[in-house]
Amino acid sequence: MAIHRDLREFPLKAEIRVRSGETLVLIGENGSGKSSLLLSISGILEPASGKISLGDRILYDSTNGIHVLPENRDIGLVFQNCAIFPHLTVFENVAFGLRRRKVPGLEIRDRVMEHLALVSLENLSNVRGDQLSGGERQRTALARALVIDPALLLLDEPVSALDVVAQERMRSALRTYVGNANIPCIAVTHSFKDALSLGDTIGVMERGRIVENGTPDEMMRSRNGFLHQFFCGCRWEYNVHGSGCSPD
Amino acid sequence: MTGRSYFRGRNNLLLTIGAGVLITLLIIFILTPILSLFFRITPGQFLASLSDPVVWNALVLSLVTASISTLVIIIVGTPVAWINARHRYPGRELVDTLIDLPLVLPPTVAGLALLMAFGRMGLIGGIFYEYGISIAFTTLAVIIAQIFVSIPFYIRQARASFEQLDQVYEHAAQSLGSTPLPTFFTVILPLVKAGLIGGAIMSFARALGEFGATIMFAGNFQGRTQTMPLAIYTAMQGDLLASITLSVILIIISFIVIALVKFRLRGYTAR
Amino acid sequence: MKFSWSATIAVLLLAAVVFTGCINGAQDEEAEEELTVFVAASLTGALTDIAKQYEILHPNIRIITNFDGSQALRTQIEQGADADLFLSANTKQMNALRDQGLIENGSITLFAKNKLAVITPASNPGNITTLHDLARPGIRLVIGTKDVPVGDYARQILNKMANDPAYGPSYNTSVLANVMSEETAVTGVVAKVLLGEADAGIVYTSDITPENRDRFIVITIPDTFNVIAEYPAGIVAASQHKEEAAAFLAHLRGEQGRATLAKYGFALP
Repeated sequence: MAIHRDLREFPLKAEIRVRSGETLVLIGENGSGKSSLLLSISGILEPASGKISLGDRILYDSTNGIHVLPENRDIGLVFQNCAIFPHLTVFENVAFGLRRRKVPGLEIRDRVMEHLALVSLENLSNVRGDQLSGGERQRTALARALVIDPALLLLDEPVSALDVVAQERMRSALRTYVGNANIPCIAVTHSFKDALSLGDTIGVMERGRIVENGTPDEMMRSRNGFLHQFFCGCRWEYNVHGSGCSPD
Repeated sequence: MTGRSYFRGRNNLLLTIGAGVLITLLIIFILTPILSLFFRITPGQFLASLSDPVVWNALVLSLVTASISTLVIIIVGTPVAWINARHRYPGRELVDTLIDLPLVLPPTVAGLALLMAFGRMGLIGGIFYEYGISIAFTTLAVIIAQIFVSIPFYIRQARASFEQLDQVYEHAAQSLGSTPLPTFFTVILPLVKAGLIGGAIMSFARALGEFGATIMFAGNFQGRTQTMPLAIYTAMQGDLLASITLSVILIIISFIVIALVKFRLRGYTAR
Repeated sequence: MKFSWSATIAVLLLAAVVFTGCINGAQDEEAEEELTVFVAASLTGALTDIAKQYEILHPNIRIITNFDGSQALRTQIEQGADADLFLSANTKQMNALRDQGLIENGSITLFAKNKLAVITPASNPGNITTLHDLARPGIRLVIGTKDVPVGDYARQILNKMANDPAYGPSYNTSVLANVMSEETAVTGVVAKVLLGEADAGIVYTSDITPENRDRFIVITIPDTFNVIAEYPAGIVAASQHKEEAAAFLAHLRGEQGRATLAKYGFALP
């Protein structure tokens, strides 16, 4: 999978490349453009220029005037605030994408229940969206994005609202899913546990650009101050006696 | 934090009394004229009046025309409000201002303007007249006048409702493969339903009470163009009883309208 | 001090209020008495002139006129509106007030008479040349409501014509079926004919003035069918200016008043 892109505004300029079955985790400070990057890949935000391709499909190409509409891109997207439809039940939320694709009713039932089981929400299938807790919303959002068998998975803070145990379970479920479905996945997160656990590669975004990337190991050994704080929880300083953590 | 805690404490007694007096005066001011109407007619007279053709014709005409007007307003106004809420296009501000124009235009001015446009000597009406179609002084004119003065009420409310709706829901629907039209009906409309209904009810109420433009553009003829407000005005000059009956009916309807709006909008903000 | 818009506007508003107050005050000093006259709409032109005449002759009197359909004025007086004199276009409205004790005893006098006529726009879109044409299906006719004198008179005329074999009762029904709108004052009827929206209207002969004559075609109603509209004047019982009202009434019935009324097309008792 190759994704190239330049973006607009602030200015967001990124070039990324993710392989099937692998996950790229993007980390960075607030406002560095991580969420905008995901929205651009999904097509909801239109870039100023660049090219996005998914395997053989070209989703966006500014030089040739190609812009595939978001609804046609076959991408699973989990938003930062989940965006669960408040007026629909959990079941209907997850079934939404399938209904739009005119999947027959019986099949919808099976696939939805299967994915609800994946996120442990089978018992809440008739609860309305506006009555769910934060964690339940997030799990619904995940199920909703996965049930449509997307060709690319984009996750914005996928497990942030879950408790520690559920987080661990979800991370492993996601890893398995991405591996089995053999699709590329890009996740944006604040959590270093997510980065280490989900990411095959990690990219650091700063002011709209990816300033570093590499495997988790490489990142942990980097001298980047941000990364150090991210992983170790303290400020990195180079002082005469050698690099290391300085007391805050 | 409840309102009551604001008034706790002795040095706020003056404030409390002042507020109480103000509210009481206001309520008296509004209630007295309304109650006076009820006191000038007995229930027996009221019921007898209901069978008076003047009253009955006006009631039916008003309800039918206002309903049709509101329906048209919803069908035309919803897409317009949506487009103006979500898309920026050159001249959008101008369009918004024009849509608000009937709100500030005195109804008689609106009536005269409609006559100049759609009367048989009018710009557009003249053309229709050549083909034997009369617009002014017909029931159609009543509906046109009502739509003209009430449409801003709906569009403003609808647009506000759309603007308040978080765009993320549309985006989520998009990402799941939903094209704009299904998204509008399955995601957006259900979420703004309460606001839209509130706007429609306000438009209906305005259409029901429309007088100045109607009497100018549609004229005054029992059964065809004499709506309740026109009947009240005409009858008052001869038969006060019919006038009061119609007024009482209108008040009851208005009350129901307000109650519905409050009920609907409260449900909306609670979400 | 910084320039503040709100302060400027507040000062300007205050000045405007004070200014108008001063003007009103000044006027009040000059005019000692105000006389409020409720006048039937058909007398609009005539009474405006007469009022001006009177004010020149009596600089200490200011005349306030209220023109509307007589039935509307009557309702206003019934409900307590502040009027000194009532000039009605028919005796029905005046008598209704008298019967309620709202008119000063013995003050009712006839001061003008009128007749009705049919008018069409100069372009005559309905192609109306005779009274018979009014019954033609599709004609857009405008008359007064049944309560306003000009509407009441019109219906009386149609009833008379119904009794005549040349027209018959079906004429009455057909004409009334052609009514497009019923106006609450004769001025509304005239306006609709002037605008060209109506094919014909039934109005007073006094509504056709030298100024607007060329904008209408007039079809006379023969005296056999026509009604004599009798205009009574009466002093309102609750008036605080009965003497002044009586004086004005005398002027109305005097030489100058009658001359003006005649000028405006009214017949005189």
